[in-house]
Amino acid sequence: MNSSLAILLPIMLPLIGAICCLAGMRSLVFQRVGGVIFSVITFGASLYLLFEADESGVIVMQAGNWSAPFGISFVADRFSAVMVAVSSFMGAAVAVYSLSEIDEDRLKKFFFPLYLILLFGVNGAFLTGDLFNLYVWFEVMLVASFVLTSLGGEKAELEGGIKYVSLNLIASALFLAGAGIIYGKLGTLNMADIAQKLAASSDSEWVVSSSMLLFVAFGLKAGIFPFFFWLPASYHTPPSTVSAIFAGLLTKVGVYALIRAYTLMFVPIFSEVQGIILFLAIMTMVTGVFGAASHFDMRRILSFHIVSQIGYMILGLALMTPLALAAAIFYLVHHIIVKTNLFLVSGIVIRLKGTCDLAKVGGLVKTTPWLAVLFFIPAFSLGGIPPLSGFWAKFAVVKAGLDVGAWISVGAALAVGVLTLYSMTKIWAEAFWKKQPEEVDGVIEHKPAGRLVWMVAPVALLAICTVLIGLFGEPLFEFSERAATQLMNPSEYITAVLPGETEVQP
Amino acid sequence: MEPLIAVLIGVLFAGGVYCLLRRSIVKLVIGVILISQGANLLVFTSGGLLPGRPALVPSDGTVPIAPYGDPLPQAMVLTAIVIGFGLTAFLLALVHRAHQAVGTDDINAFKNTDT
Repeated sequence: MNSSLAILLPIMLPLIGAICCLAGMRSLVFQRVGGVIFSVITFGASLYLLFEADESGVIVMQAGNWSAPFGISFVADRFSAVMVAVSSFMGAAVAVYSLSEIDEDRLKKFFFPLYLILLFGVNGAFLTGDLFNLYVWFEVMLVASFVLTSLGGEKAELEGGIKYVSLNLIASALFLAGAGIIYGKLGTLNMADIAQKLAASSDSEWVVSSSMLLFVAFGLKAGIFPFFFWLPASYHTPPSTVSAIFAGLLTKVGVYALIRAYTLMFVPIFSEVQGIILFLAIMTMVTGVFGAASHFDMRRILSFHIVSQIGYMILGLALMTPLALAAAIFYLVHHIIVKTNLFLVSGIVIRLKGTCDLAKVGGLVKTTPWLAVLFFIPAFSLGGIPPLSGFWAKFAVVKAGLDVGAWISVGAALAVGVLTLYSMTKIWAEAFWKKQPEEVDGVIEHKPAGRLVWMVAPVALLAICTVLIGLFGEPLFEFSERAATQLMNPSEYITAVLPGETEVQP
Repeated sequence: MEPLIAVLIGVLFAGGVYCLLRRSIVKLVIGVILISQGANLLVFTSGGLLPGRPALVPSDGTVPIAPYGDPLPQAMVLTAIVIGFGLTAFLLALVHRAHQAVGTDDINAFKNTDT
């Protein structure tokens, strides 16, 4: 009872919050306060879930007390618990940030209810143990994100919105088709049950097609190599608050689903697709970073960096050793924090200078040295400078690659690290180091610093987290290793979900 | 019956992809609708088709009579149809607004946010 409450709270609290915000929609102050309070207590609940899950390994809640393959199960193992915890942390931090960035117009168009519904969908997607239910959570999350991208109704937002919406709808259709084929083959949609039936069946190669359909669907959401084109076309259009939460969470849900699918459900056929995933991981890293290197707008560079960094996580999945998976989990946690933070910094730059086109911005290191520090920490953590968190994440991925002798991917990972650093140095040199360009006028308009407080506080908090993970990363890495060991042995997950039927062939 | 439906699903997907490759945003919407309907039909067929065999319990019994249709794909496809309908409505509204903002139906004009 107690442990099922731990699973329910991070899912239900944002929903209750959204309903409360809707109920008090006439008062913008009420919506603001409600949004922040509910995202903060969701974070508290997710921490509780993290401790419970770490304690007992796997927590299972069967919705409506229907036993596993028939009802919908919610499962929290260490991996999903840590994802919920980090996402809810970002949810709370970005909610505070939105207090000063989101304007009244967007608030009146129900920004906070949508935002909480987004968190609701993300947490649900992390915690569900049923393939069709995962589809529903994806849709919940997507509907909220669709509206959030196009809330302002400006031309760029609408254009980015169309690309984002249509590509994600196609991905959803492919997901549904993959789930349908799996149901036709195995007669079940419970992930643990699929894993068990697939391990026992002698003709498991029949689901390779549907596993690839799911791969495309999750890959589109994660933004991996051939499917990433919608991401840099749409992520820089909405306000920074929205792009930050998208960058932090939405692509990671795709990565989470990929890792979950290939460590739990499709273990027997993983060897047949491993080569493809490895190739796509390398291509994702390389194409993403080239895109970033070629751009000259801060938010577009950051959008392309999401793509290249996703490559590292997929690389961790493709190598499929305990160390590689631990590295992927560590990388996920590090990247969610750092990338959200970078987008939040770009929002402050826009607030200060009116634009984040690098040609028009400059001299920030003189006028706002604190912002330079706050940018420096996440940017160079993303580039992989020790002792910041990104160094350890990259180091673990590279070490895992060296252990299995995947020389090409190690070479690509290192080269991409250098190029990442190059494009971060470009932002640093252009926006912070060089003088403010003279010919640009009109856009420069300094707002009083007092209004920036709500924007700076979460950025500083996340920067401190980055430094702390870098300096004292060992507990987190040990946790990632525990989670990875759990992922490598899906039998623990399966027996927790299906207690009646024991013995599983690995 | 199943092979016929399978062909229909293929036609829906192919038609959807063809529409997506056109340059008009209205055809984009039509393509998305066709593909999602194809996926719905695929889920529906995956449970096996047993016409006239509902999974209903007769009034004097406790279990349905032996060859009965699988209710689960039907429940799922109902959910998927509702979700797909809502999203299509949203996409239509979005396309309408974008058409107003950009002033053309040609998807090649939607490149302000690229590169």
